[in-house]
Amino acid sequence: MIHIKRLQEDGADVVALVGEIDASSSIDLDLAIAKSVGDGFTKILIDCSSLEYISSAGLGVFMSYIEEFREKSIQMVLFGMNEKVANTFQILGLNELLKIAVDKVGAKQMLA
Amino acid sequence: MRTKALTRLLFTIAVFTWLALVFTDLSIHFSLSNGLKPEIAAWLPTVILNIYIIVLFYYYKFKIERDESLNFIDLLWRVFATGLVSTVISLLLRLIEMLLGGTKLTSHFLYLEFTYLINLGLMVSVLLCAFMAWKRLILYQKSKWLIRLWTFFEVGMILSLLYNSLSAPFVQRYYEYVLGLFVLTGLVLSGNMKWVAYLNFRQKWTGLLLLLLTIFYLFYIFITSGALVPEDATTLQVISHSNHIFISSLMIFVAIYSIFSFLVILFNLPTTSVFEQKLEEVVNFQRISQSIQTEQNEESVYNILLETSVSTVFADAAWLEINGTKEEHRLYTYEISEKEARDIIDHLAKQQVRGLLDQNQDKTRNLSKHLGSLRGSRFRSILAYPIYVKGENIGTLALLKELPEGFNKEMNKIVSTFANQAGISIENFRLMEEALQNERYKEELKIAKTVQKSLLPQQLEFDHHFDLVAFSESADEVGGDYYDSLRINDHQTALIIADVSGKGTTAAFHMSQMKGIFHSLAQGCDDPQEFMFRANQALIHCLERGSFISAIFFVIDTKEQTVKYARAGHCPVLYYNSLTDNADYFKDKGVALGMVRNKSYKEFIQQNEFKYAPNDVMVLYTDGITEAKNNKNEQFGDERLNKVLCEVKSLSPSQIQEHLINRLYEFSGTDNIDDDYTTMIIKFKSRT
Repeated sequence: MIHIKRLQEDGADVVALVGEIDASSSIDLDLAIAKSVGDGFTKILIDCSSLEYISSAGLGVFMSYIEEFREKSIQMVLFGMNEKVANTFQILGLNELLKIAVDKVGAKQMLA
Repeated sequence: MRTKALTRLLFTIAVFTWLALVFTDLSIHFSLSNGLKPEIAAWLPTVILNIYIIVLFYYYKFKIERDESLNFIDLLWRVFATGLVSTVISLLLRLIEMLLGGTKLTSHFLYLEFTYLINLGLMVSVLLCAFMAWKRLILYQKSKWLIRLWTFFEVGMILSLLYNSLSAPFVQRYYEYVLGLFVLTGLVLSGNMKWVAYLNFRQKWTGLLLLLLTIFYLFYIFITSGALVPEDATTLQVISHSNHIFISSLMIFVAIYSIFSFLVILFNLPTTSVFEQKLEEVVNFQRISQSIQTEQNEESVYNILLETSVSTVFADAAWLEINGTKEEHRLYTYEISEKEARDIIDHLAKQQVRGLLDQNQDKTRNLSKHLGSLRGSRFRSILAYPIYVKGENIGTLALLKELPEGFNKEMNKIVSTFANQAGISIENFRLMEEALQNERYKEELKIAKTVQKSLLPQQLEFDHHFDLVAFSESADEVGGDYYDSLRINDHQTALIIADVSGKGTTAAFHMSQMKGIFHSLAQGCDDPQEFMFRANQALIHCLERGSFISAIFFVIDTKEQTVKYARAGHCPVLYYNSLTDNADYFKDKGVALGMVRNKSYKEFIQQNEFKYAPNDVMVLYTDGITEAKNNKNEQFGDERLNKVLCEVKSLSPSQIQEHLINRLYEFSGTDNIDDDYTTMIIKFKSRT
């Protein structure tokens, strides 16, 4: 089960993920990001501080946006991951493809 | 067969008893008239008569009461037939009497007594036959109370025979009371006329005729037997039925019930059609509910619904509209053209009548008042019913009549029940279809499972320099884990372990692609980085957006004693180093296959190399293992895996594998895994 909250801060869309992302809830994540893009945001911050688990399907969602974001010059930064989640990103090598910051301040700096 | 023999035997006994009665009675009369003291006791004829009655009683009990094949009309017919025979015989006797005229013989007391006995025997026979027939009619719908009352009546009557055989003065005193009791009981019992309702119109007419004739016979017998009692007081009446309780109460009961039945049938005639209609409704209802089993498609359910509704409420016309997309939308009509139906539908829509077209309408609607404003229509009454399947309105049934106010409440109710039942039938039908479809899918999945099983190698490469074992289990019918080995040349062996993102069928398809890629690329490729790059290039065209494959590709060189590998986002290798006696995970970088969809992927993949030593153990696994959870929602994790390996590092690879799997199941506490488990264990041997 995942609960997704969106709020805007300094022109960036902060998408907070609360809970676990598995095959079924990854659809919600996809919808949330697509909505953010649809709303015209070019700066998207993903708050992973309350994300407890992410499955390969959830990672696939982030992955699927990489190219689109590059084409549209949209910046996305993930931040606040716990160790377990960070490890999942790391094993798959997604940390090489995505911008990952320690906390929100760091994330905002990366956007600049 | 036994019953048949028994009835024959009883009949024979009855005839002989009657003959004995004639003999004793006549001999007593003869003796008396000649002033002699009769040698036979005076009470004997009465006793014999009672025996005759009992035998005949049982004869009819077997012949009528026990014969299940008799229906109501058959019963009436039996009584009628018995009455007819006895009346004809009685009339013949009269005819003989008339032909002989006033000869001495006819006035002779013995002759009179003889004819009297014949008539008596016949009368008892007719009465008992009717008694048994009426018993069956009365007890057609039994209740405890009714059966008790009847038993009292029957047993009481038989006991009265015994009572009758006893001394006369005693009998005389209570005669009226006992008779009165029996008549009263008979009257109460005669109130049970439920069988009449089950007769149809024709049967009722037949029943009336038969009953009328039976009543006529009874009347005749009554008159005859009454007249036959010699009024001559000087003649001593040995046998008399007039003060015989059994015969009297029997006669009264049979007569009362016959007259009651006649009247009840007569007065029931006008309502017969209503009962028949109700019965037809039940039959129609059954037709709808059973139509699925017999017919096999929705269309027939619709047709049966239309047909039965029309016939039940005597509608002049009807239509059944099934909602849906253009192809699915259908209109079934009865006695009304499609155009006419459309006109009415459009008219009601124009009048903004909610109900017939509005799909959210869930109530039966009487829309008759809106029809009045439609010109050129012959119909003046209309009723509409929604049909629901799984809470979804799938259509509307409309019934029409040319008469104004043509539908009553009962019709309304029964048709709405029909509509509901039709909905249930269709729902059942759809559920059955779904179940069948699911069965088919299951079969397909079984096939997919066997096909996929065959994709995993049955036998891994064999080498003198290392032992190699693997294990794989899927959470679903088919899984997305893959492992394989391939010999490149005499000193190089390629290994792969891969995990497709997601689970189930799509994962299985990608896994089979991975197998194809491995077998074509690994043939002449001893460069893991190159392998990953090419595999990625190939997979870009197969994997949909968001899907990826994590993998590690190894090339084991036994000549150089090295292992070259590249990790593409897969779980890091757990390696036990026998020299340092330490197990650890290799930390290196690499992005999963399919994540970077261009040639820059090469930059994201690392090639690593290390030298192996004998007794080193390499554990490859998929994330299903490290992410396996126990009931406390803890993961199996890297550290636990490391510990498990250290426990058994010195054992053979197959033992290590067995231990690991046991530990895993122990940890998760269930055999129901929720991800695919795959391990591959390589142990290097010392060079021999």
